[in-house]
Formats: sequence, C-alpha cells, structure tokens
Amino acid sequence: MIYFFVIYSFGSSSQLLYCRSCDILIVMKFESIIQLKDVEFSYPAQVEAAAPAKALDGISLDIERGSFVAIVGSNGSGKSTLAKHFNALLLPGGGEVIVCGMKTSDPECTWEIRRRCGMVFQNPDNQLVSSVVEDDVAFGPENIGVEPLRIRELVDESLKAVGMYEHRKKGPHLLSGGQKQRVAIAGVLAMQPECIVFDEPTAMLDPAGRRDILKIIEALHEEGKTVILITHFMEEAALAERVIVLEGGRVAFDEAPDKLFSRAAELEKYKLGLPFAASMAQKLRALGLKVPEGTITQEGLADFICR
Amino acid sequence: MAIKDITLGQYFPGESAVHSLDPRTKLIGTVIFIASLFVVDSFGGFAVCALCLLAVVKLSGVPLRFLMRGLRAVLILIIFTAAINLFMTPGVEVWRLGFIKVTEEGIYRSAFMAIRLVLLILGSSMLTLTTKPVTLTDGLERLFRPFGKLGLPAHELAMMMTIALRFIPTLLDETDRIMKAQMARGADFESGNLRERARGLIPLLVPLFVSAFRIAADLAMAMEARCYRGGEGRTRMNAVEFGKGDYAAFALCAMMLAFAILSRKLNWF
Repeated sequence: MIYFFVIYSFGSSSQLLYCRSCDILIVMKFESIIQLKDVEFSYPAQVEAAAPAKALDGISLDIERGSFVAIVGSNGSGKSTLAKHFNALLLPGGGEVIVCGMKTSDPECTWEIRRRCGMVFQNPDNQLVSSVVEDDVAFGPENIGVEPLRIRELVDESLKAVGMYEHRKKGPHLLSGGQKQRVAIAGVLAMQPECIVFDEPTAMLDPAGRRDILKIIEALHEEGKTVILITHFMEEAALAERVIVLEGGRVAFDEAPDKLFSRAAELEKYKLGLPFAASMAQKLRALGLKVPEGTITQEGLADFICR
Repeated sequence: MAIKDITLGQYFPGESAVHSLDPRTKLIGTVIFIASLFVVDSFGGFAVCALCLLAVVKLSGVPLRFLMRGLRAVLILIIFTAAINLFMTPGVEVWRLGFIKVTEEGIYRSAFMAIRLVLLILGSSMLTLTTKPVTLTDGLERLFRPFGKLGLPAHELAMMMTIALRFIPTLLDETDRIMKAQMARGADFESGNLRERARGLIPLLVPLFVSAFRIAADLAMAMEARCYRGGEGRTRMNAVEFGKGDYAAFALCAMMLAFAILSRKLNWF
C-alpha cells in the first residue's frame, strides 16, 4: 500500500503530496466540475418591507470531477436551494457558479449546463411527464434534439442501467415509488450527463426502494459520473467520499464522512443524527471495546465484529 | 372508494394492422367515415358503410361486444333522437293516440337517424379503441403542425394533453387521499340534498386545487431541468412516418367517400 500525505493545498484545485514509501513529492491537480465562488441567494421576501433572509450566504465550493459528495443539513439550511444552483434552475444573487467551465448566469449556456448536470427530484410522481415509461425517458433527449434512432438507443441503455427495461411500456401510475424514481434516473441518464444531482431522492420511498436507488447511485459513481447527493439520512451521507454540512446557508463542515461522524458533539450542534453504525460503534466503545475510529458503515462495523 | 380503478379512454391493446396505422391516418380516416355517413342518403348506403366498418373491426381484432359497450353511454341520446323524429315528423298518419301520432315519414326518419348515430359512434370508438391516447396526441400534434404558422400552438396543446393524461391517475389518488383525510376529520360527502352535497365538496376541492398547483410547479421545474424549452428544435423518438398500410387505408377511405357521393348523386339505392 502506498500512502500519500498532503503537504500543501494550492487553493482548491491542486495539492502537493508526499509519498513516504517511494520518497517523492508530487503535485496532484484536481479537475473541478462545479465551482462556486461566494454564492449568495435570497428568495423574494414574503412580507413587504421585511428584509429577505439569505438562503445561501457566501458559499464557496469546488466539486471534483468523478467524486461522490453528500450535502446534508437540517430543514431550511439551504441544501435544496444550493442544489438548484448546480444546473442553473436558480441563478446566484451574488458571486458565481461555474459548471463544466460555463457560468450559470450566461443564458447561452443554460441548456448545455442542464444537459451535463442532470437532476433527480424528491417526489417521484411530480417529475415524470409522459404516461408511458419509455416516452418519459425519451423526453430529455427529445428536448435537446437528438436523432430519433439514437434516442431509441439511449432510452434502452438507460432503462437497462436502472433495471426498468422490462417495464418500458407501462404507465408510471402502475409503478412503485422506487420504480418511478428509477425511471426518473433513467430519464436523466439518457441525456448522458457528466454530473447528477440527487435532491433527496429517497425521502418519499420505502426501505426497499431506498436501497435500490442507493445501489444505482453508487454504481453511477463507480462508472465515473460525478454524484452529488442531497439528503437528510446520515446513513446515505456515510456512503459518500465527502460530506458538506450546511447550516444557515453557510458551509459548516466539509470533510470525509468518517471525520464528521466521529464528532458526535458537533453533529448535535448542526441538528444531525449519527448513522446507525456510527452510534453503535460509539456505544461499543463506551463499553470498552476498541472499535476503530471512522467506523461509520454497517459493513465496517460487521467487519470489526466478525474479526 | 376505489376511484383509481377508472380506466382511461378505452384502448383495446393489440398488434393488428389497424393498431399499427399512423394515428394521423386513423384520424383522417375517421373524419372521412363520418363525412360519408352524412353524405349517404339511403339505407343501402348505410349498409355499405356498416360493412366497411365491420371489415375494419374484424381486421383490428376488437371484439364486437367490446365495441358495442361504447353505445351504452349514448343510448339515451339515440333513443331521444329517434323518439323526437318518430313523433314530430309530419306526413301520412299510421297510428294515433291523443295528440301523439306516428307517421310513415317519421318511422323512416327515426330509423335513418338512429342508424346514422350508431354508425357514427361506433366509427369514432374504433379510433380510440385502436389508438393509445398518447399516440393520438402525437398524431394530433403532427396533423396540426402546419397550422402553427396561423398561430395554432399545436405542440403546446399536445404537451398539455400528454401531461393531463399522465396526471389524471395522480390527481385521482390525491382526491382519494384528501377525501379520506377530510372524512377522518368528520367531513360528510354522502348525505344531504344536492345543495348540501355540493357544499360538502368544498373541503375536497380547495385542497385538491392547492395540490394541483404544487404538482404543476414541481413538474415545471423538473421539465426545465430536463432541457424542455417548447417545441422548437425538439425531435421525437417515435417519429411517425406514413407506410404502405397508411397509403392503402387512404385509398380505401377515398373510395368510400367517392361511393357515398356517387350513391347520392345517382340515386343508387
């Protein structure tokens, strides 16, 4: 095993690394897919003359191409608002958002940004357009003017990728919530995006549907797609490589999930719970067992117990 | 209450030659059939129209029994029309009871109108029985696209129909849910006179409207996220093209219309 130590970070796009076993220094450059610079946003005030509250208050982020990032936070922390900035559904009131090298504020780029950065929403019912599954998956490619024969290929591939190919002729109202959500993912995949933003995709699903969706999300990440998962389930956040905690429209925490979940006190402050495995590990530790720090997934915990 | 069990439209699934015709062909064909029914002025002509229709029905594989079911909904209309014609036509009296009289001309006309209505309804049900609502919408969009220059928003209308079809089951579900929620709070939808019942619907309709608007807002956002920006520059996966079958169907329809016109002009029957 070769270990690298981060010696220095140049801004957020490159790092100086040191490898102890081979005694070399290397500079690693990250390619960021989404960059936010001091993004501010406020919704129009509900009451006249009341100062609008800032939903986003100076957020700067860099999301690396191919990474799996979870964004968590309590209700009203601005996580959905943030998600809608990634594909120009909302435009920043201050600062700028750059997606794949394009500014979201440039109207010329809006559609290319939305093609490259797809989005799956929370409610499985309210995001399907057509009463036939395959027609719905074709909706995105049709909108961007893909050739009919190519659309057919894309639709078949995407439906197979989410395991819904055999249901392609059905009406969405005959499917379960999890299946509908899989169709919604296929609809995004058919546009061949580089990045997919999931805005609480499992919030309205039963446990089985939730498991299916998470499996698909992990598979997409392994294929090299950038995945951004907005969630309030800590179990889901634990699957990511990086967790961003939002609090009152600001980034409160931005690190690997094992770092976050080893600080129970801090989590309490952000009104977030521990994932089951992490709280279990903590209780076992309190009983004197030496559960390693950073045990946050059920697999990790099972590995420790079976050892 | 099983509101959800309502079947939408009356599509009869199948793979027949009629099913696989272009929706535009079927739309135009239906219009021609209806036009022929109005051109024809004799029972003999109706017999020919009925035979043509029967041939199409056999070809499509839709059971006759299924087709006849479509008549049930309009039975009252047919009986009413026939009755009016029967009693109100002046002419040679055949039978009389008080002020009600039946004339020879009345019998003829009422039979004539009833047959015309029945054929009309059966003919147009064949369109909806062999064409999915979604395909029909596509056909309408393509058919009316040339009128876009005259300001007819063909794509927008078709998209509205598509979305309406998609969300009918969702809204039915929602209605069911709200009804149950309101009944749990003591709302009463089933007793009282008409006026009271209508008032009782208010606690159902208000939340239903609110929820419909919420769904519309969600859907609009999801559509925008998937690059929807109107009909311009849009392609279709199932681009409908006329095939051999369509041309054959057009030829048959043209023959039928020609026959109807000739039979009237030359008094064949």
